[in-house]
Amino acid sequence: MFPKALDYESLNENVKKAQYAVRGELYLRASELQKEGKKIIFTNVGNPHALGQKPLTFPRQVVALCQAPFLLDDPNVGLLFPADAIARAKHYLTLNTGGLGAYSDSRGIPGIRKEVAEFIEKRDGYPSDPELIFLTDGASKGVMQILNIIIRGEGDGVLVPVPQYPLYSAAISLFGGSLVPYFLEETANWGLDINNLRHSVAEARSKGITVRAMVIINPGNPTGQCLSVANLREILKFCYQENLALLGDEVYQQNIYQDERPFISAKKVLMDMGPPISKELHLVSFHTVSKGYWGECGQRGGYFEMTNIPPKTVDEIYKVASISLSPNVPAQIFMGMMVNPPKPGDISYDHFVRESKGIIESLRRRARIMTDGFNSCRNVVCNFTEGAMYSFPQIRLPPRAIEAAKRAGKVPDVLYCLKLLEATGISTVPGSGFGQKEGVFHLRTTILPAEEDMPGIMASFKKFNDEFMEQYEDYRGYSRM
Amino acid sequence: MRKFVSNTASRKLGLLRHLAAASHSRFLSSTPVLDLLSSMPSANPPAAPPLSLDTINPKVLKCEYAVRGEIVTLAQRLQQELLAKPGSHPFDEILYCNIGNPQSLSQLPITFFREVLALCDHPAILDKSETQGLFSADAIERAWQILDQIPGRATGAYSHSQGIKGLRDTIAAGIEARDGFPADPNDIFLTDGASPAVHMMMQLLIRSEKDGILCPIPQYPLYSASIALHGGTLVPYYLDEATGWGLEVSELKKQLDAAKSNGITVRALVVINPGNPTGQVLAEENQRGIVEFCKKEGLVLLADEVYQENVYVPEKTFHSFKKISRSMGYGEKDISLVSFQSVSKGYHGECGKRGGYMEVTGFSPDVMEQIYKVASVNLCSNISGQILASLVMSPPKVGDESYESYCAEKDGILSSLARRAKALEDAFDNLEGVSCNKAEGAMYLFPRIHLPQKAIKAAEALKTAPDAFYCHRLLNATGIVVVPGSGFGQVPGTWHFRCTILPQEDKIPAIVSRLTDFHKGFMDEFRD
Repeated sequence: MFPKALDYESLNENVKKAQYAVRGELYLRASELQKEGKKIIFTNVGNPHALGQKPLTFPRQVVALCQAPFLLDDPNVGLLFPADAIARAKHYLTLNTGGLGAYSDSRGIPGIRKEVAEFIEKRDGYPSDPELIFLTDGASKGVMQILNIIIRGEGDGVLVPVPQYPLYSAAISLFGGSLVPYFLEETANWGLDINNLRHSVAEARSKGITVRAMVIINPGNPTGQCLSVANLREILKFCYQENLALLGDEVYQQNIYQDERPFISAKKVLMDMGPPISKELHLVSFHTVSKGYWGECGQRGGYFEMTNIPPKTVDEIYKVASISLSPNVPAQIFMGMMVNPPKPGDISYDHFVRESKGIIESLRRRARIMTDGFNSCRNVVCNFTEGAMYSFPQIRLPPRAIEAAKRAGKVPDVLYCLKLLEATGISTVPGSGFGQKEGVFHLRTTILPAEEDMPGIMASFKKFNDEFMEQYEDYRGYSRM
Repeated sequence: MRKFVSNTASRKLGLLRHLAAASHSRFLSSTPVLDLLSSMPSANPPAAPPLSLDTINPKVLKCEYAVRGEIVTLAQRLQQELLAKPGSHPFDEILYCNIGNPQSLSQLPITFFREVLALCDHPAILDKSETQGLFSADAIERAWQILDQIPGRATGAYSHSQGIKGLRDTIAAGIEARDGFPADPNDIFLTDGASPAVHMMMQLLIRSEKDGILCPIPQYPLYSASIALHGGTLVPYYLDEATGWGLEVSELKKQLDAAKSNGITVRALVVINPGNPTGQVLAEENQRGIVEFCKKEGLVLLADEVYQENVYVPEKTFHSFKKISRSMGYGEKDISLVSFQSVSKGYHGECGKRGGYMEVTGFSPDVMEQIYKVASVNLCSNISGQILASLVMSPPKVGDESYESYCAEKDGILSSLARRAKALEDAFDNLEGVSCNKAEGAMYLFPRIHLPQKAIKAAEALKTAPDAFYCHRLLNATGIVVVPGSGFGQVPGTWHFRCTILPQEDKIPAIVSRLTDFHKGFMDEFRD
């Protein structure tokens, strides 16, 4: 018997309620199988470098030099590092007293926040204030900080898209708030119907919930859709009318695979709409070094930008940030370089552009390969991955498969994904981890496996799926929307 | 319909409040607010903004963190003024003695650690012959070893949510070498510094304000802030200044019983050893008493041991609570213990890296699952910090190429810290009305100032705490930034401030003389 000081019963209920499927049951089973020697293809999390994507060279050179500043004094350093990397490292070292080893300003190094502000200004065409930009240990920490500011108790609701990236549901649970779902329309390419939104809010309010904020993920995760300007305007107007803060998760803004709807930030659309809304709507926008074509997940680098947040609230957010002292400095430097990469004329420019383009163009091809591959499978329908890093095919499970799952005490898509894992080594996340309409099943996979491995993976999936459907189908019909 | 009407009404009220709270000067001489309201376009007037001070989480409003609080904001302003107008103040520079941030005050990092980290950041150069000329051979070897423990050698990938397994193995081995008792890598959670690990434990332990956590007074205000943020209750236990900040189990019992009688369920005991801000290193016997107490009362022991390498007195040695518990014959079934360690302190002082871990023992598997789940929501801690934590727990050994230079750097830093601790302690002790306990360990001095009544009255007139008043005066006169004792907690009616021992050794004499002159002037002004 273990000591009773902290046993399961006496744990914080909010912790027990929280779920995070991305590293849940499927992942744990996959890790077990891997230990037993089975070859596993981890497509459960947007983790590009784990699937063979190489880090961009320039930022790694710069950070290595910042780690070991004594190299800068060595006459031979030029043999291993190009001059622009050396210059950039020297520059960054002047921006934080004590270099990488000292706590920075709790909001992040001022010089780097200035680089971020300049990036945002260039991207959107509107000024950005570095004082309203906070660097964080990954975007996730930033999201948690903001949700913690908003949620007072279970009477507070936050609108979250369904399907959603389960950081939101987990964080809302942990902070004791209420998740107010709004459903995305699968048949309309995961589009956002404003009527769904109104309906969700009305329903929440009728239950006595005060809806405080709305989350949008653009491009979407797991769904990949890129919001149109019209959509964004509708959302902003809606938030304004309903007195909601808007949280714009824009971490995939570099991952766009179609040309009809390029990325446009919520802030730009807001500013374009002019006063009063542009001066009053509370907006927080999130970005990261983990995604895009950088894929530097392991650095834990991110930021949020606050728009129209009252100064006293900003002070409180600053206070909470200061308790953790500072975000990690190396990741801040990665962020600086992401928003301010090598320019034409720089020694490293050509190589940097080649590496970046290579990754982005390959992601675009893989998005297509995967979508088409899923659509060629029996009972599988898959919207095109317009952006982000995932594919979220709908699996139309036959009634007998659903029954088998019930008998095994498992959610149907969990059973499907476990069988897929055991048969092929492909580790996905069941759609139930992200939320979906009742009786409709999906799985999320990433488009990140190496391009040369894609055909093999899709063939492997198809074989498993078609055999699965063969096994469980009869002619009573099957699950559909 | 009614709901809509009352919503509009409450929005109008909200707007009134909002307008009233906003810049008064705009409205004082102009149209009364109500008229303004009725003359506004009606459609959908903005109501009380969603993220305004009166609608945000009150727990956030409640928490405080003085280490980077008001006095630091003031110091930064002065620093800007000095840059803009040199000579505008009676000092040339601001000396930040408020925060345990060694490398910002010119302490150098350990070369070997940085070599390994640089190679792990940019593994592409490991194959190049030029690298041998720039890096020591054992750093190259260690980098290879570490990279081989990372799938695909991908330092840019999310790792296992507890941290890379191979690095946890190294850390566990380091813990075992330190304590003489085994450690399980599965009990280790690598985190972005020790602070997030503390937050995680508070999140698990605190269900409501009826849950209490015993904390030392004075304490490092991460604990009070974290407890406030998680909606719990801080149950203070007082360290005894007269006996070198002694920790009495009888005091623990007294406070525990008082809390219980107030309907508080005390869940855990925080012990900071070596202490912050107080610097005391617990004697083994004391530690055994604390372990017995936790076992008997069913408390989780939260052992903040981030200063384990910072011990400056020969008569004291750091012993981990894990070692003490195991040597008492207590194992997993006897005591729930969480030990926190960090890369930010010690002799390595790598604050900006955000590396640390907690070792969690004595919990059932289903609780461990929940801890893992909470860790997984953030995916993982930064990889570079993970690598550094493993280096700190497994530094160069006798025979390694870098061993001698590593030792020289480490000993140099630690002996300098010991000298600075002594120099500042003596300086404070020599001030009129100031007594200062020795800093046996950690990085701080926490002198007690007996403020004259005149000074206390002057502070009250300014609506400031007397110790904050003293610290502001000190800052304005000398540029030295210290943190008022009220930021850490102190016996009511006593006043302290926390000063780090981190300024460079050659700056210490100047600091001492400026401080002494200021204090003399202050006492001349306010002496009763």
